[in-house]
Amino acid sequence: MSAEPAGGGLRAAFAAGRFAVTAEIGPPRGADAEAVTRKAELLRGWVDAANVTDNQGANARMSSLAGSLLAQRAGVEPVMQLTCRDRNRLALQSDLLAAGALGIPNVLLLTGDHPRFGDHPEAKPVFDLDGVQLVWTARTLRDDGVLISGRAVSPRPAWSIGTVENPFAPPLGFRARRLAKKVAAGAEFVQTQYVFDFDIFERWMADLRDLGVTERCKIIAGVGPIRSLRALEYMRTSVPGVHVPDHVDRRLRGVPADRVAEEGIQMCVETVQRLATIPDVAGVHLMALGYEHGVPDILRRAGVPRPPTALSDHNRHHSMEGIGHAR
Amino acid sequence: MGFDERNAPGGGWPRPVIPRIGARLSYALHPFLATNPVYRRVGAWLERRQRTYRWFTRAERVAKEQLYGCRMCGQCALPDTGYTCPMTCPKQLRNGPCGGVSASGRCEVHPDLVCVWVTAIERAQGGGHGADLDLLQRPVDHRAWDRSSWVNYWQGRDDGLGVAPGPDDPRPLLRRELGLSPR
Repeated sequence: MSAEPAGGGLRAAFAAGRFAVTAEIGPPRGADAEAVTRKAELLRGWVDAANVTDNQGANARMSSLAGSLLAQRAGVEPVMQLTCRDRNRLALQSDLLAAGALGIPNVLLLTGDHPRFGDHPEAKPVFDLDGVQLVWTARTLRDDGVLISGRAVSPRPAWSIGTVENPFAPPLGFRARRLAKKVAAGAEFVQTQYVFDFDIFERWMADLRDLGVTERCKIIAGVGPIRSLRALEYMRTSVPGVHVPDHVDRRLRGVPADRVAEEGIQMCVETVQRLATIPDVAGVHLMALGYEHGVPDILRRAGVPRPPTALSDHNRHHSMEGIGHAR
Repeated sequence: MGFDERNAPGGGWPRPVIPRIGARLSYALHPFLATNPVYRRVGAWLERRQRTYRWFTRAERVAKEQLYGCRMCGQCALPDTGYTCPMTCPKQLRNGPCGGVSASGRCEVHPDLVCVWVTAIERAQGGGHGADLDLLQRPVDHRAWDRSSWVNYWQGRDDGLGVAPGPDDPRPLLRRELGLSPR
C-alpha cells in the first residue's frame, strides 16, 4: 500500500481544513498508458487528487481501475470512479476489493449515465445496485468487513468513500436529503455537478447545514471553464443534469468570438473564488475536459495555494515499488 | 444499421409511469393488504398450491400493472415511494432520483416523460409520507421477479427491505445515522 502522503492528498487536505482541489483524468480510448501519464503530469503538484472516470458519458474507455493505477504511478493521487451502469454487485465488489489491494486511496461511487448517451446505446444497462446502495455496500465492506452476501472479507480495504450529487436537478427541495441519505449510507465526501447558479447552490448548502450533513461530509463544488460557444451549446443540451443559467449564456455571447475562451476561463476563476468564500465548501472539483494543461493557470489566477507536498518524489517511488512488477 | 428506441416504445428500457390511482387512496387501501396472521397463513397456503399461486399472482399483476405500471419485481416498494413504482425508472433506482433529471422534471432517458421520482416525491410528500423517502432501500433480490410481492410481504420476506441496515433499530436510516428527523 502506498504511504499516506505527508501533507498532500485528499484526506490530508480535509484533515488540515485546507481548500482541496481535485481534477479529472479521462482514460483514453485505446490501450495507451502514456495518455494517462501525460494528463497526470500536467496536474501533478497542482491538485490534491484526480478523479479517474469510469467509461465517462457511457463511452467505452480504458477502465478506471487501470487508469487510477497509472495516475498513482505518475504521482497523482487517484479518486477511482465506479458506476453501477456496467457492473452487477459481484463485479462492483470485486473492483472495490481490487482498489483496496492496490492502495487506491479514494473511490467515488455513482449511479452513472444511461448507456443511451454513449457510444454503445444498444448495451444492456446493468444498474443492479443504485448509487446509494453502492455507497452503503462500500461502507459495510470497509467498516464491517462483509460483502452483501454477508461473507467476511479479510483484510478490509481502506479507501475513503466519495459520491456525487446534482444540486441543480429537480426536485430541488429533495437534493439535500438525497445527499443526506448517501452520507447516512457512508459517503465521506461529495463532488457536485458544475456550479453556475449560485442561488440554487447556496440554498442547497443551507439545506445541508440544516440536516447536519456538512458535519459528516466534505462538500467539493464542481467547476469548469466553458471555452467556446459550441461547448456552451453542448453543455446546455447534451449533458444530462447540467444547468447553465441565462446570465452565463449572455456573458459568453456578449464578447467577440476570439474572446470567448478567455471569458469562459475568467468566469471559472471567479466561480472558484466565490466558492472559496462559502462556508462549508471544502474545495473545488475542476472538470477541464481536455484542457488539463490550463488547470494550473485557473488555480493560480483564482489564488488557490498549491497543495503543500503533493506526492513528493520519495512517495512516488515508494508507491511504484508495490506495483512495479506489473510492468 | 442501428435501432432507435424512440420508435419502439413497446420494447427496451423501463418507462416512467404515472399511477392511475391517487396516492391518498392508495395509502387508505393499504390496511386492507397489511400483514396479519390470517394473510400469512393464506400466503403459506398459496405457496403450497402452484396453480392457485399462479392465478393469484396473475391477478396481482393485472391489478398493479393497470394502477401503477408494476413490473413484478416481487419486492414491492410502493408503500415507501408514494405508491409510484421505482422499477419503471430506466435505471430502476430505488433510493431517489438520479442527477440527470431535466430542468422541467423530465426523465433523462425518456425526455417525453416525467421522472418517476419527481412524481413519487410529490405523491409521498402530498400524502404526508415524506419521511418514507429517507428509508434506505436495500438491493433488489432478482430471484423474486414474477413472484407475488403480496405473498412475499405477508411471509415477512420484505422485512428490512426499506429500513436501516441493522436489525437493532428499525427507524429510518437518516434518523439513526444522523440523529435528525427529516423535514
